[in-house]
Amino acid sequence: MNKITEELLRMVSDFQGAFSGAFNIREDGQCAGRQNSANITITSKTDKPGIDIVVKPGTKGETVYIPACVTHGDLDDLVFNDFYIGEGADVVVVAGCGVHSDDDSEARHNGVHQFFLEKGAHVVYKEKHIATGSGKGAKKIDPVTAITLAEDAVMEMDTVQLRGVDHSDRKTTATLADRARLVVRERIMTNGEEQAITDFDVLLKGEDSACDLVSRSVAKGHSYQEFRSWIRGENRCTGHSECDAILADEGRVNASPALEASNIDAALIHEAAIGKIAGEQILKLCTLGLTKEEAEEQIISGFLK
Amino acid sequence: MLRLEHLVWDAPDGEGIIKDIDFTLKEGKLVVVTGPNGGGKTTLAKLIAGLVTPSSGRIFFEGEDITSLDITQRARKGIAYAFQQPVRFKGLSVRDLLELAAGKKLGEEELCGLLGKVGLCAGEYVDRELNAGLSGGEIKRIEIASVLARNAKLSIFDEPEAGIDLWSFARLVETFQELRSQCAGTLLIISHQERILTIADEIVVIADGRVRTAGPRREVLPMLLADEKQARCPLGREEARV
Repeated sequence: MNKITEELLRMVSDFQGAFSGAFNIREDGQCAGRQNSANITITSKTDKPGIDIVVKPGTKGETVYIPACVTHGDLDDLVFNDFYIGEGADVVVVAGCGVHSDDDSEARHNGVHQFFLEKGAHVVYKEKHIATGSGKGAKKIDPVTAITLAEDAVMEMDTVQLRGVDHSDRKTTATLADRARLVVRERIMTNGEEQAITDFDVLLKGEDSACDLVSRSVAKGHSYQEFRSWIRGENRCTGHSECDAILADEGRVNASPALEASNIDAALIHEAAIGKIAGEQILKLCTLGLTKEEAEEQIISGFLK
Repeated sequence: MLRLEHLVWDAPDGEGIIKDIDFTLKEGKLVVVTGPNGGGKTTLAKLIAGLVTPSSGRIFFEGEDITSLDITQRARKGIAYAFQQPVRFKGLSVRDLLELAAGKKLGEEELCGLLGKVGLCAGEYVDRELNAGLSGGEIKRIEIASVLARNAKLSIFDEPEAGIDLWSFARLVETFQELRSQCAGTLLIISHQERILTIADEIVVIADGRVRTAGPRREVLPMLLADEKQARCPLGREEARV
């Protein structure tokens, strides 16, 4: 594992020199370290790049780390990771991604993750994306997450992209069975000429299934963001999506939420708000002794917390 | 500690809102500014806190001319301001706001003390976001707590009673009395509430952008109450009774 990877790991997956428990580190398209635990097994796929992560039924309180790093340009890393979470298991998955390039050619990581949660399983999925380096080549991260939740399964996604990624195109799809629940908290900040597209397609198929999707973003500089969400209710269910965006400088945000209900007991809600930081908010923090710049920073960091 | 000299503020459309106001605030006093709606009270408070820049006139704070200082500079000099209509923040918690106000991390006991002064239980509120999940009354009380956290030399409260239930208001009045008895800075409260007027050291009546009356409570309050009585029982009715 090279020094750049170590540094990226610190930023995206709280790496402190070692991981405890199960992990798989992907560096420039290769495996740079792997460990299984008694309850979590990681094996390489034989037909395409990627791994299968199998969590035994009933596993509780374990964390599995599967970070991926690209440390130079002229690399397009595509990986397929499938997670099989056994019945009643309750685990945390940390899947950060860091892209670094000091040269002028493009560096890209594209992780295609499939989650299959068995009955009553619970997963907290943390995904932090960052790009570093002085290279002029585009640094891209294009994650795809496909989620299948069995009865009573719960998936909580916490995704963060805060700086350096020139282009990201995130696609998340989910299908929920009876009483399954999906909670998504997404935070994105773009600056300069960066572009971030995020696209959710959630199918609430089961009775009393539920989805709560909250996206908060800040678009600074000349950056551009697109938020698309499509929640479909095919049964008695509840769906909520919320897209809040703060604009600064010449930033642009396009939010296109969509709801589709095909059952009379489907209760679907969408909220969206795009605008600059409210002047009153800055004034309030200035009355507490903060400068205008400090107030803006505080408001943005709180908003994206 | 605070002196206003010939203070004038004209609205952008040219209408005079504050018209040549002079008054002096003595250190450690609880001063209530009252008067009819639209008379210029809130504008006056904003002029002192720096949220509005005067068209002319001067503001002196502890002997220093602060007229040209901005909001931040005035806050750092020791002026705190509680908004009449508090602002909501997505992402900032009650704890965040109080710690920003105090300029330091606060322990649970300190948070409990601050929120207790406005009738809120810290355990229920410190980690809540300052967003639409809080009622108007709750957010108002947190706003007041944020000013108390400043421990400022001059604290300005713009209609602190607005939107607050009777029980919390009673607790708030006690807090103002405690602050005065502890000589914890100077308090300038804009209010129409008789209960607040009755705890004032001095009362300033502002109407149509001018100071109509100013003086110790024992002199000004009876006049106000007499005016109010007259307003409720005008001359016409007196004549009818005769």
